[in-house]
Amino acid sequence: MVKKILSITICVAVLLFIYAPILLLVVYSFTDSNVIGKWDGFSFDLYVQLFRDAEIMQILFNTIWLALAAALLSTVLGTAGAIGIFYSKRKFAKPLQAVSQIPVINAEIVTAISLALLFSAVFLYRTYLSLIVGHMVLCTPFVVLSVMPKLKQMDPNIYEAALDLGASPSAALFKVVIPQIFSGIVSGFMLSITLSLDDYIVTAFTKPPMFDTISTYVYNAVKNGTNSSTPALRALSALIFIVMIAVLLAINLRARRPAAKKEAAQ
Amino acid sequence: MVRVHFSRRQLCIPYGLFLALFVVIPMLLILFYAFTEEIDGVLTFTFSNFLNFFTSTAKLSTLLMSFTVAIISTAICLAIAYPVAYILARSKLRRRNVLLMLFILPMWINFVLRITALRELLDLIGLLGTQNYLNTIIGMVYDFLPFMILPLYTTLEKLDESYLEAAADLGGNKFTVFTKVTFPLSMPGVISGITMVFMPSMTNYVVSDTLSNFNITILGKLIDQYFTTYDNWHMGSMISIILLVIIFVTMLATGGFKDDGREARGANLW
Amino acid sequence: MNERKMDEKIIQLVNVSKVFDETTAVENVSFYVRKGEFITFLGPSGCGKTTTLRMIAGFDIPTSGKILLNGKDITDLPPNKRPVNTVFQRYALFPHYNIYDNIAFGLKLKKVPVTYRNDKGETYTKWQKLTRREIDEKVKNALAVVDLEGFEKRSVSTLSGGQQQRVAIARAIVNEPEILLLDEPLGALDLKMRKEMQIELKEMHRKLGITFIYVTHDQEEALTMSDTIVVMKDGCIQQIGTPTDIYNEPANAFVADFIGDSNILNGTMVDALTVRFCNRNFRCVDDFERNEKVDVVVRPEDIEMVPPEQGMLVGRVVSVVFKGVHYEITAMVGRSEMIIQSTQSREIGELIGMNIAPDAIHIMKKELTCNRYDGYITKKNTVVFGDGEFDCDVTTLYPGSHLDEDGYLITAQGEKIDLTDADVAVEVGLTDIEISDNAEEGGARGHIVSLIYKGDHYQYIVRTEENEEDYVLDTEDLWNENDYVSVKIKPENIHMKLKQEIK
Repeated sequence: MVKKILSITICVAVLLFIYAPILLLVVYSFTDSNVIGKWDGFSFDLYVQLFRDAEIMQILFNTIWLALAAALLSTVLGTAGAIGIFYSKRKFAKPLQAVSQIPVINAEIVTAISLALLFSAVFLYRTYLSLIVGHMVLCTPFVVLSVMPKLKQMDPNIYEAALDLGASPSAALFKVVIPQIFSGIVSGFMLSITLSLDDYIVTAFTKPPMFDTISTYVYNAVKNGTNSSTPALRALSALIFIVMIAVLLAINLRARRPAAKKEAAQ
Repeated sequence: MVRVHFSRRQLCIPYGLFLALFVVIPMLLILFYAFTEEIDGVLTFTFSNFLNFFTSTAKLSTLLMSFTVAIISTAICLAIAYPVAYILARSKLRRRNVLLMLFILPMWINFVLRITALRELLDLIGLLGTQNYLNTIIGMVYDFLPFMILPLYTTLEKLDESYLEAAADLGGNKFTVFTKVTFPLSMPGVISGITMVFMPSMTNYVVSDTLSNFNITILGKLIDQYFTTYDNWHMGSMISIILLVIIFVTMLATGGFKDDGREARGANLW
Repeated sequence: MNERKMDEKIIQLVNVSKVFDETTAVENVSFYVRKGEFITFLGPSGCGKTTTLRMIAGFDIPTSGKILLNGKDITDLPPNKRPVNTVFQRYALFPHYNIYDNIAFGLKLKKVPVTYRNDKGETYTKWQKLTRREIDEKVKNALAVVDLEGFEKRSVSTLSGGQQQRVAIARAIVNEPEILLLDEPLGALDLKMRKEMQIELKEMHRKLGITFIYVTHDQEEALTMSDTIVVMKDGCIQQIGTPTDIYNEPANAFVADFIGDSNILNGTMVDALTVRFCNRNFRCVDDFERNEKVDVVVRPEDIEMVPPEQGMLVGRVVSVVFKGVHYEITAMVGRSEMIIQSTQSREIGELIGMNIAPDAIHIMKKELTCNRYDGYITKKNTVVFGDGEFDCDVTTLYPGSHLDEDGYLITAQGEKIDLTDADVAVEVGLTDIEISDNAEEGGARGHIVSLIYKGDHYQYIVRTEENEEDYVLDTEDLWNENDYVSVKIKPENIHMKLKQEIK
């Protein structure tokens, strides 16, 4: 009994630590006050301000299209890469996989400055190209990591069976292999979006000067002392917290339900 | 008979080129920059960046301080994450996956926003601007805790109950069962968690900047400064090389190359 | 099947080899398959049978050699261009398709020539995909063949192993291949299911009239189903023949051992139609050179048990196992083991006589690469074999061991072992035996009974008097027939293996 109470106390305390700042911001996004800690009565004013703020809307848009573009390109490149590595001979696959691990293990700042060095050498520093490539360097290895286990789980004869039944190699790839590893591709894509949305350091070193994502905008706001408690930004953070938590919980609860049903049935 | 073979292997060519162009060459460029300097517009080979780093008290103290912050943050993360992961993994709850989800959910929310939110909280309770080191450590723990909980949970959850039963059966009390069986068997998770927290704690300067009002310079920030403020890319590259050596040594020491826990980040949610 | 059809070679392999990263999976294999035949590749795992099948299917390209289909070279043709379909070991059904879509997979990709007549009355041909109706019809028929009518909409995961197997067959035969390849298709099924499917496959082969190439490691399956069996080992073909041929006239000891139970004994041809094994001469029907070393194969059911005084061989029963239809009795004849199948039982320890009819003794030429003997270790740590006693290094029996002062063997783990009377299998290379005039010098003595000049050296056979054991050796020295010599072997050249663990 003591043990149980202790367990619950620990869990609740840690959850409180994790969610207190988030909760604070969400609560104070529903009041018109300029500083946190001072409650000026319930209102949606901050949200109204937020959606009227053209600059923030532009940044939100930038962040989203950058994430989508980087994730899409990374997913295509990474999926092809994973399939290629999987079917290659060991002496080619091993070094490729090792190099693929570098951006995963490496500190983001090192990845960022290495790209800065490369792109400044070819006079493309701080362009959209360097930005997209930077995000792809972050995301693609994770796509490979998501797709690879699915390839390993796949029955090796399935591709051959398709060829045997008359499919050309590319038809076999699209009709049989891709559907088999599709869940890995999707999770690689989603992971890429998350990584891209989350990134600050690589973005800061590769973005065009006049381009901002939420990360760089908020960081600069803190840096320039305008502070994140710019009321509209508070509403933006709160909105993102709420939407993300809702989406993640929904996905998780829904994904687990059929499994639970199956278990119950047996 | 012409042998036209579309090969699945060829699919790795674009990715191979991509890696060569945007991973290998940039890394070589760092190496190149680290051992050169620009004198009157001419690049010359030099060890001066290297010597400069190890003779500069300011840089060495930054390194030492970064190390200390990272070690303390990692230790606190482990101290908090282990009991949580243990409780979650050992509980008989039917919905423990959802519970776990609550703990690791912040992983998927933009960390700059979360750190700014934490800044507001610290401001509210009066820590901001007064306790820079404490704030930085709280921030690192806050940011990286989920990355410690997840690998620990994964290994502890897979732990076969019969090992613990066997240990108890052989006369082990709860304490010895934990120290002699549970903890050693959870080492892969511990190591994986440490590698995922330690290195970012030395380099993620967004956390230290935001929570110390730009008063604390960790190693990652130092690199950033040489690139953006001092405009000395050669020194910045040298510090990166030193950082890489540290990463390499910690990976080697913990065996983190074998099982990279980051894979779990993707597998678990999406 | 009509005779003319059977004569056509549908597929032919010519000197085909396949090397994977320095390991040779298939070595210089040549054979052909007749149209309409049910041919089986039989052999232990790793013998190259699956690789051979995969080369016929087109999944692997031979490193060297040619594959001909109806006389045309298809060596480099990709699998999707071959009129051949495969049933995989683990079925390889597409899990994301239902049964209908699995079976229709090949049909949907297929194009067939359709002849049209235009306004002017000229005919022309267009390659067209099958219509939906045609596909439906064919899928329905294929499902009927495998007894799965009405399963179209089911998903793969809802089927049992046996049903998945049937779908895999339907998916292959619906394309009307000229050859159906089956890679251990029954391996994952339980015994009862396997028996049923064997009969059904055989029946299907009869109805469809196409060529079946089947791969299995199960000799019983091969004997039951095949028209022709190809026995393989280490990438090489050992024997090709009908099941009856292979069972009754195995080409070598490996085939004899792999197909059915058999007693395989070392023998020597001592006279015309006379072979010596187990220290006794037997009449036989196979003729070989005199003094030729041979493998003698006797099937357990061909040994007749008689009272000891009437038997050509006498042995003591060491085990009796009831097998349902018969008893399997193991008897020791000297140091050789003999397995007998009989409807009568015997008591363990009983002495029995054994008779073997001349036509039950199958003799195979032995590729002699070394001398093999059954021996045992003495108290003095020497080894006795071939009517002689030789110095040897007993520590080679246990890696890392050594001898203590009392002559006991101490293993690497520190265990103490008494080797006295331990049975060992002894091998001695042909060039490792020396002969000498001095009778006292060697471990065994005998007369030279045969010498053959082999180009650059002579091969001698020295036969002992007591039990007529033979030593075969290669040397450049010249000796005469009937010389009385002693046999010398250096301890390091005596290779020994324990026959069983010493407790």
